[in-house]
Amino acid sequence: MNIKSYDIVVIGAGVSGCAIARELSRYEYGRGIAVLERASDICEGTSKANSGIVHAGHDAEPGTLKAKLNVQGSKLMKQLAKDLDFPYKQNGSLVLCFDEKDRNKLEELYQKGKKNSVEELRIIEKEEIHRLEPNISEDVVAALYSPMGGIVCPFGLNIALAENACENGVEFYLNTEVKDIIKQEQGYLIQTNQGDFESKIVVNAAGVYADVLHNMVSEKKFNIIPRKGEYCLFDKEVGTYVTHTIFQLPTKYGKGVLVTPTVHGNLLMGPTAEDIEDKEGVDTTGQGLSDVLKRGALSVGQIPGGKIITSFAGLRAHLDRNDGDFLIEEAEDANGFIDIVGIESPGLTCAPAIGVMAAKLVQELLPAKEKEDFKATRQGIPEMASASEDERRELIQKNPAFANVICRCELVTEGEIMDAIHRPLGATTVDGVKRRTRAGMGRCQSGFCLPKVVEILARELNKDIGAITKAGGESYVVEGEQR
Amino acid sequence: MNQQVDIAIIGGGPAGLAAAVAAHSAGIDNLIIIERDEELGGILNQCIHNGFGLHTFKEELTGPEYAARYVEQIETLQIPYLLRTIAVDISVHGDRKAVMVMNKEKGLFTIEAKAVILAMGCRERSRGALNIPGYRPAGVYSAGTAQRYVNMEGRMPGREVVILGSGDIGLIMARRMTLEGANVKMVAELLPYSGGLKRNIVQCLEDYNIPLKLNHTVIDIDGKERVKGVTVAKVDENRKPISGSEEYVSCDTLLLSCGLIPENELSVGLGVKLNPITAGPIVDESLTTNVEGVFACGNVLHVHDLVDYVSKEAESAGTHAAAYIKGEKKAEDKTIEIAYTGGIRYTVPSAIHIENMEQNQVIRFRVDNIYRDVELTVRIGDTTFIKQKKKIMAPSEMEQVIIKKAKLLEIPNPEQIIITISKEGI
Repeated sequence: MNIKSYDIVVIGAGVSGCAIARELSRYEYGRGIAVLERASDICEGTSKANSGIVHAGHDAEPGTLKAKLNVQGSKLMKQLAKDLDFPYKQNGSLVLCFDEKDRNKLEELYQKGKKNSVEELRIIEKEEIHRLEPNISEDVVAALYSPMGGIVCPFGLNIALAENACENGVEFYLNTEVKDIIKQEQGYLIQTNQGDFESKIVVNAAGVYADVLHNMVSEKKFNIIPRKGEYCLFDKEVGTYVTHTIFQLPTKYGKGVLVTPTVHGNLLMGPTAEDIEDKEGVDTTGQGLSDVLKRGALSVGQIPGGKIITSFAGLRAHLDRNDGDFLIEEAEDANGFIDIVGIESPGLTCAPAIGVMAAKLVQELLPAKEKEDFKATRQGIPEMASASEDERRELIQKNPAFANVICRCELVTEGEIMDAIHRPLGATTVDGVKRRTRAGMGRCQSGFCLPKVVEILARELNKDIGAITKAGGESYVVEGEQR
Repeated sequence: MNQQVDIAIIGGGPAGLAAAVAAHSAGIDNLIIIERDEELGGILNQCIHNGFGLHTFKEELTGPEYAARYVEQIETLQIPYLLRTIAVDISVHGDRKAVMVMNKEKGLFTIEAKAVILAMGCRERSRGALNIPGYRPAGVYSAGTAQRYVNMEGRMPGREVVILGSGDIGLIMARRMTLEGANVKMVAELLPYSGGLKRNIVQCLEDYNIPLKLNHTVIDIDGKERVKGVTVAKVDENRKPISGSEEYVSCDTLLLSCGLIPENELSVGLGVKLNPITAGPIVDESLTTNVEGVFACGNVLHVHDLVDYVSKEAESAGTHAAAYIKGEKKAEDKTIEIAYTGGIRYTVPSAIHIENMEQNQVIRFRVDNIYRDVELTVRIGDTTFIKQKKKIMAPSEMEQVIIKKAKLLEIPNPEQIIITISKEGI
């Protein structure tokens, strides 16, 4: 079996892995860079199931890597969103305090924020809170206001980083699961279910599985605890119930949940935090969902249950060790093996900064010249839903498929879906189309558009509709043969 | 110059078709039907079982046959229609309504209409809206999506099936999947009674030995890539799962038939006020919404069980829209509110104007529970219009009463029409 050789192999095509691959693709690596991903698409793990928050940085412990990368990442995000064309909004955030006795906790957060160099933080009182957010509970006493907080589309960010990395020469191998990594004289042999790879440098960005990979090459074992977070997503009808991201100080129910608008106009509530064993345990639970609603109601009162359109769960990769910080470093006893581990909150915010930091680490081990022809920008899929009348006409003029509405709820057209399928690292599954175009994310939750999306995928990929899956593997939508 | 029509009908399903034919019969031929799917007929096209048209045609037709009866008339009367065309937005422009539409042939363009008839139908309640916990595998479908796959695309969504919700679509699909060789293990229903027509329970479940589990619901979905099984539990009188009653049922498909929701996105954009109970527009006797010249009929107004009633209602909307165009609508006079008590969930219309009401004004309504041996009364002030003994009334069977205009005119200063259900003698 022939072995594929690279200078760098990144394992994991989540937001961290793709941010790193993108940064590394600025440099001339003769034998190239590869990203290995076990799932059928990029952004299939933690990166697709989180709060989508760009934290201002007042929550992270000063002096930690989390704090440093949070502030850096937050600063980089705005420009990155423009360069790589993904949705981002600086909507500001509030941390609510419901009890005068807890006011000192707000003060502590404020001080933390100041130490972390977060700009424009201030504590505001009830009256100002209600001027900013009329729908917040009457029980609120004070809040920490951070205008620097933002929201982002987590899949938009992840996919944009991946596409840009791909355009700059990074090769992506999907459906490729690492079975073993063997230290060699120079570099590593990576055995996967799709053949072997060989690489000087390995970047371990495997999320909840990063411990499994690390422990293949290192004697200093560590353990990652999957920490489940459940969310409820509400109809766009209540999408402006609040305009800022609303956090809570720990309440009588424990660690607070957030209530936030999403960049696409929905309202998101969550997450819970439950340590589990199963690294694939992304099922929601009755208890978890009711917890989300109960805790969220403390901030904004009861939002009618009929406005929920879906719920989901994601797993944070919590590194089981004392300091609770990220671990981003070359493994002590494995040269050239770079761990990107324990990337829980504020991981999404930190992604751009993690990319820069990891690329620097790699450069120290394996220097390379900066490319002159690095493509720093990327054009996303045009969105008919948010386009002006003129923009819509222009798109239709270029391709009439942009006038063929497939997803009625989110106004997604055939033109957009075809773009999603045919661009680099294009969609091959129903969920892949969904994350790139929003088809199926509306209030009917693909009730109307599913057969049409499947039909387009089958047509464009030259497959039978029975071969189209929801998210790879065995997740076939319908049976194989025509009756 | 935008296309100018008298009436734009949004939706070419049974409601839109009947409204178009009626408007044409009343003398309006400058109208257009806007349909998003490949052909006219709406949801009827995938309802290949029969039972349609018992009232309208005195025949038992299949869905496509019923639709064909109206499509034939559309073609004969040469009523214009657009297919594969979606209405993106409707707004008021002076004395007209601007309907912004989009299709592959003509791109983005606007149709200006003097009147609009909303006939967009409804959508199914999704797994997400039901907040059913568990994984999110392939194999969870609304019954309607499964029906489309089986009846129109010729594909089976799966073989080992559990159905949640005993609404008509769920019952029909229980039989349909069985006929195609699937093993339908059960139909679970949250409420203590079924949401479907009695005849469907007999013909779809009892005839096929498919168990109907009332007071049951699905509390978990298992399977990471494709459905592997579901957990079904009994519920108490508060519809909360009873601990200890959980049963794991292995299956590869979960079909959901848990309610239909009128599709009023376009209506809301137009400023149409909705009734929170029906999720459809509030209308008067002419099926006009609060926006002048905008009418509603069919499932977008309130979800029906019989297409025959849809056709009747749509006929009325078409006729009234035509009257509006021709300026035959009399100046608005006294409004009589329709009030209800004792177990009625809603009425359509919500109010009537005496001058403009029909000679025989139909008021349609649903009850909120199963009632046996009750008395249905309609009165205005001290005058009793209708007093009927009813052996049984159920939420799943839409009811109607007819108010005679002549009789109403006899009453001095009528304030309210009150519809009540009560136990006999009370």
